[in-house]
Amino acid sequence: MRALFLLIAALMLSGQSDPVLVPEVSQHDVQVRQGFTGTELLLFGAVLDPAGRAGQDYDIVVVLKGPSEPIRLREKERFAGVWVNAESNDFRSVPSYFAVASSRPIADIVDAKTAAIYEFGTEYIQLSPSGNIDPDQQTRFKLGLVDLKRRQELYKEDFGGVQISDGVLYQARISLPSNVTTGTYSAETFAVTRGRVVASAVAEVEVRKVGFERFVELSANEYGLLYGFVAVMLSVLMGWGAGRLFARL
Amino acid sequence: MDVYLPIANLSVNGLWIVALGALTGVLSGLFGVGGGFLTTPLLIFYGIPPTVAAASASTQVTGASVSGVIAHGKRKGVDYRMGAVMVGGGIIGAGIGALLFRFFRAIGQIDVVINALYVVLLGSIGILMARESLQLLRKSSGTKQAARRRHHPLVANLPWRWRFYGSGLYISPLAPLIVGIAVGILTMLMGVGGGFILVPAMLYILGMSANVVVGTSLFNILFVTIATTIMHSLTTRAVDIVLVGLLLIGSVTGAQFGSQLAVKAKPEVLRLVLASIVLLIAFRMFLGLFYRPDEIYTVYPL
Repeated sequence: MRALFLLIAALMLSGQSDPVLVPEVSQHDVQVRQGFTGTELLLFGAVLDPAGRAGQDYDIVVVLKGPSEPIRLREKERFAGVWVNAESNDFRSVPSYFAVASSRPIADIVDAKTAAIYEFGTEYIQLSPSGNIDPDQQTRFKLGLVDLKRRQELYKEDFGGVQISDGVLYQARISLPSNVTTGTYSAETFAVTRGRVVASAVAEVEVRKVGFERFVELSANEYGLLYGFVAVMLSVLMGWGAGRLFARL
Repeated sequence: MDVYLPIANLSVNGLWIVALGALTGVLSGLFGVGGGFLTTPLLIFYGIPPTVAAASASTQVTGASVSGVIAHGKRKGVDYRMGAVMVGGGIIGAGIGALLFRFFRAIGQIDVVINALYVVLLGSIGILMARESLQLLRKSSGTKQAARRRHHPLVANLPWRWRFYGSGLYISPLAPLIVGIAVGILTMLMGVGGGFILVPAMLYILGMSANVVVGTSLFNILFVTIATTIMHSLTTRAVDIVLVGLLLIGSVTGAQFGSQLAVKAKPEVLRLVLASIVLLIAFRMFLGLFYRPDEIYTVYPL
């Protein structure tokens, strides 16, 4: 709290005109363990205006992004009546999770160019496509991928999901489904006024498996052969055990 | 009951998975099929990633076949000699299948190949079985004379004969070996135990005695799925032990009920029921080839 006060004081003294964002996330450490069915993150914080003018018109946009991965996307097409995989396209950085929330519809806050720069919306996610240069086809693939991820609840937009009180405090709720990828998530917050991003700040959220779940994942990846034998043993023992049990009944 | 699956990376309703396991278990005890051809598509339908579904289903089939093999073994319903020859063939076949799998995956048509294989194999086997069991049913209601079993003429021409006492056969071991290889290839390609191919192959190509067919098929499935599990653990790392556990709870109990029912029911009726299930799935998959798929786009991690 004192650090915050000092920061405010320092900014006031420096006389800088851009506001400062102080973001916070309800949970910096999301633990995936038995019974995990997803969780809800609360992204909140304050916009501090160095000139001390409260009630200034700010819009807040928050973007929560999961770790990226390279993928190949295949498209099915009808060939002689049968649906087969035809075209494919590679994307080098597809965020495993992407959620954006804003205080008003994005179109009312910034123009399309700015929205594209800051990835304000699922259609602006920078996926780094490679291999194909035909823009029409690339757009089609991108739309297909975003649609797929959206239905898996991994990509979402919530325009109007950010609440601002007194032009100072903001908050947004973003839910993580149970099928999230583990890794470091970044929660970026942007303050926008008159179509311009005037301040931004990043907070990190670590999603990780703990306990038994972590142990299982680790064993499967590090000790594949042993893990396979354990799985076979479990199968054989359970099958054999049930056989013995039923023979007595 | 929410259960988080650490390898599949999502949470599922545990009771549904147990119920699904029980359904497969009953099928495996009753018909000697592993039930993988039913579990894998249903798991995928539930939202589990396809690789995890196929890998875990094969591990679960191991457990379901153990209790089946024990149950049938006690009734002298397993021809271990025949089974061993087939397992040998199955392991060779799995190797060939793995190479084919990689080839089709590289050209991006693996799912189409799998679907087409399902349709062709399930369709032809289903029709064959349905016709045969209907003929038997009609005959047994008239005269009590059972139809004479015959193995395929090609089998009789193979050299180097062995006696298979359990099956009541005097044939070349090359025949079951070739059957084993064929099933092994399909097992690896289709991600199933192969029982639904093995049972008809034993009946109609080898001409084995019907009372050892189910047990011997399960015996073969047991070892082929063990090999598949180990192979998946080493390559795809997609065996989800929690998912396997849930499926097993259902399937090991289901398998016991299934094998008890198998003794009471008439084999011709059983075969007709299996034929209808097989035909139903084949028909569904056949439609799937022509209908617009739910997902036009599929993601392959690089």
